[in-house]
Amino acid sequence: MANLNINIGNLQLKNPVMTASGTFGYGIEYADFIDLSRIGGIFVKGTTIHERQGNPYPRMAETPSGMLNAVGLQNKGVDYFIEHIYPAIKDIDTNIIVNVSGSTVDEYIETAEKLNSLEKIPAIELNISCPNIKEGGMAFGTSCPAAAQVVKQVRRAYKNTLIVKLSPNVTDITEIARVVENEGADAVSLINTLLAMAINAESRKPILSTITGGLSGPAVKPIALRMVWQVAHSVRIPIIGLGGIMNATDAIEFMLAGASAIQIGTANFIDPTISVKLVDGINEYLSRHGFKSVSDIVGALDIS
Amino acid sequence: MSKFILDLIVIENRKLTDQYVLLILKSPEKLPEILPGQFAQVRVDGSSTTFLRRPISIHYIDYEKNELWFLIQVIGDGTYRLSQLKAGEFLNVILPLGNHFSVPKDYKASLLLIGGGCGVAPLLYLGANLKRRGFEVNFLLGARSATDILQKSEYDRYGNVYITTEDGSMGERGFVTAHSLLKSSNFDYIYTCGPTPMMKAVAAYAAKIKAICEVSLENTMACGIGACLCCVTDSTEGHVCVCTEGPVFNITKLKWQI
Repeated sequence: MANLNINIGNLQLKNPVMTASGTFGYGIEYADFIDLSRIGGIFVKGTTIHERQGNPYPRMAETPSGMLNAVGLQNKGVDYFIEHIYPAIKDIDTNIIVNVSGSTVDEYIETAEKLNSLEKIPAIELNISCPNIKEGGMAFGTSCPAAAQVVKQVRRAYKNTLIVKLSPNVTDITEIARVVENEGADAVSLINTLLAMAINAESRKPILSTITGGLSGPAVKPIALRMVWQVAHSVRIPIIGLGGIMNATDAIEFMLAGASAIQIGTANFIDPTISVKLVDGINEYLSRHGFKSVSDIVGALDIS
Repeated sequence: MSKFILDLIVIENRKLTDQYVLLILKSPEKLPEILPGQFAQVRVDGSSTTFLRRPISIHYIDYEKNELWFLIQVIGDGTYRLSQLKAGEFLNVILPLGNHFSVPKDYKASLLLIGGGCGVAPLLYLGANLKRRGFEVNFLLGARSATDILQKSEYDRYGNVYITTEDGSMGERGFVTAHSLLKSSNFDYIYTCGPTPMMKAVAAYAAKIKAICEVSLENTMACGIGACLCCVTDSTEGHVCVCTEGPVFNITKLKWQI
């Protein structure tokens, strides 16, 4: 058995496999299918200062190699999370990381401050890349000054590991990554979904109530892989790679491109046990290639 | 209720019409308890266009034989693949998912189960279950024409079967809500599944006669287990997932204009 431990800032992962926000609920939805303590971490559903109802139905459109969603951060708000959800999940033996979103900088700060006090939440993932809300969200992640401002302010307010989730809907993702690093982020995760669209030709109507939504699944993997590679050559902080991972080989490709850890997202819908299969698959790969530690493959792409 | 991921074996794939097949599947392990109205998330293998699992309602369960039936309407490539399964092949399913139809407390309650199109599927298992509990069951099944009335002999086993077809080729001509039964009888409970306009018309009828009415929704889903929040419907409690809070809803919980 190879050493699968990985550190992201002060965050200690038993292995590099984590589940992506919005695809894994609060973890408990998957407890019938897997031993949650076997995975490195769970990024729970996007959380905002106030309850949000999200966008009207239909919020999902299937594509040949993925899906579009326009959920719009439906959640009951951070206070409800702290009072009702946290007590039910805090003793799961893995890292529970809260994805934080907002419409204004103050909302991000206020939500992050409330999460500071939770002993079993070792990190937050600042979502500056949600394409499905009218105000805030992706607007913070597609402009360097806006990204700098929100990360700087949240960094002051939040003491534990701060991960910033980047949007692929930009001309140059490395510019945003550098700004986020300069303002004190401990790590970046990328990519969030790609802004996309689906149309029903028969009815001549958009499929999503919001017309556009975010594309995820294997369709986006090559783009995500390219962006992880670019960011790995632009910043020193660790990268968490995600975007269309369907199996252990995909996960290993992200690590070779420079990701220290990965998140599995859309694939959870098709195989609720996929996360633990990735842990086993990565371990098997390391043994087969004679690596003693998973950290040996981070950024180990051979471009000679 | 615990959820399970099972590889079921196809025992028989019976072509009912050009558009419908009946899949009879056997579980190598003992089937868990599954209640009428619940559904399964079925994995589709080998499709170049269908990426997600397909939510399919439980048509019938035979616990003695450890068999489960799916009634499948071929709509897209996903359901086409399912319609092409051969005996001996495996089908990966997650079940049981969602809530279930309720059982009236008064065993003398008069019940009507109204289904249209593929929406008749969950009503067979519901009717069988209610009959076993001592209720008198009435089915009202609607379709375009006689060839689209599916599995009639199966429904006959568990109750009185009334039929409407749009072309009048079987039963009474017209929509289910125009059937003479609705004028001549009164009902305490109405269960319905089918196209949304049909269910809204049924809900309006139920409201008029003050019957309790439960509808089964068929919103498109990704996960089926309440994680992705894609399948929501607007309810008196805001947006709720059809896969976990439903698929069965009492109409008083929905914000339907009826």
